[in-house]
Amino acid sequence: MQNWMEWAVAFFLLLGGCFVLIGSIGLSRMPDFFMRLHGPTKATTLGMGGILLGSIFYFSLLQSVSVHELLITIFLLITAPISAHMLIKTALHHQLRAIERTGGERELKKGQQEGSPDTKKALAGDDKP
Amino acid sequence: MRVTPRYSWLPTPYRSLLLLLVWLLLNQSVELIHLFFGTILALIIPWISGKFRDPQPLIERPLLALRYILLVFGDIVTANAQVAILILGPQSRLNPAFVRVPLDLQHDLPITILASTVSMTPGTVSADVYPCHDTQPGDAEITQRWLLIHVLNLEDEADLIATIKSRYEAPLKEIFQC
Repeated sequence: MQNWMEWAVAFFLLLGGCFVLIGSIGLSRMPDFFMRLHGPTKATTLGMGGILLGSIFYFSLLQSVSVHELLITIFLLITAPISAHMLIKTALHHQLRAIERTGGERELKKGQQEGSPDTKKALAGDDKP
Repeated sequence: MRVTPRYSWLPTPYRSLLLLLVWLLLNQSVELIHLFFGTILALIIPWISGKFRDPQPLIERPLLALRYILLVFGDIVTANAQVAILILGPQSRLNPAFVRVPLDLQHDLPITILASTVSMTPGTVSADVYPCHDTQPGDAEITQRWLLIHVLNLEDEADLIATIKSRYEAPLKEIFQC
């Protein structure tokens, strides 16, 4: 393998690693559950993309063309928002509290109430513009 | 908007194409045998599973859909860099908020795509769609649906809502023609 190829592979691996690390830092550093979700859903996706790009480069240059890493990227892009959505819906259902300065308190309450079917009927007429 | 497919033996042409592509990627070859077997699978799987799905709007403008995917890819890269900066920056400067976006879309598939896009892009995670409704035929018509999103750092609420509506919702309306 040529020198510059090693540089390219190393660059993508390091870039990906950095973003995954930042996503994990966000997970532990943010003050409340809703803010914690942002790190793993976004930064980690790009990080995985970088690592998989490095993998594509490495195996394509070493052996024959290798593209099935693209599938991992596609499936990750499809599943990451869904899992984030399920987590945040669960948080709303359990009426988790956001930190004090979170704006849109009314919207949060509404989202939490909509989670339970009993209050849905009571709120149905409330939304008319 | 079109719900019923043009040919009954090919209910979802683009999903079939995607299945064939996935099959070829899994095998990492474009040999005739893989093309042949992949085509058979791509025809049979949507045909069998189509009967179990709720009817959803079909893609009317495939080129626009391709453009939308590229747009979202570009936005994912920039949004990731932005969120990384926000995470590493001082926390006291963050201004988290819940925002409600009024939806023009009415069907589950386009709303799901919009919610996923919002989750992947600019510092927002979609939290809920309400009022939720059952897709029973003869159900009361849907009036207005809202998308509840959580924003990591809210700067201008009206601006954010306008961005989501013009940048992501408008192309989806074009693609599905609804």
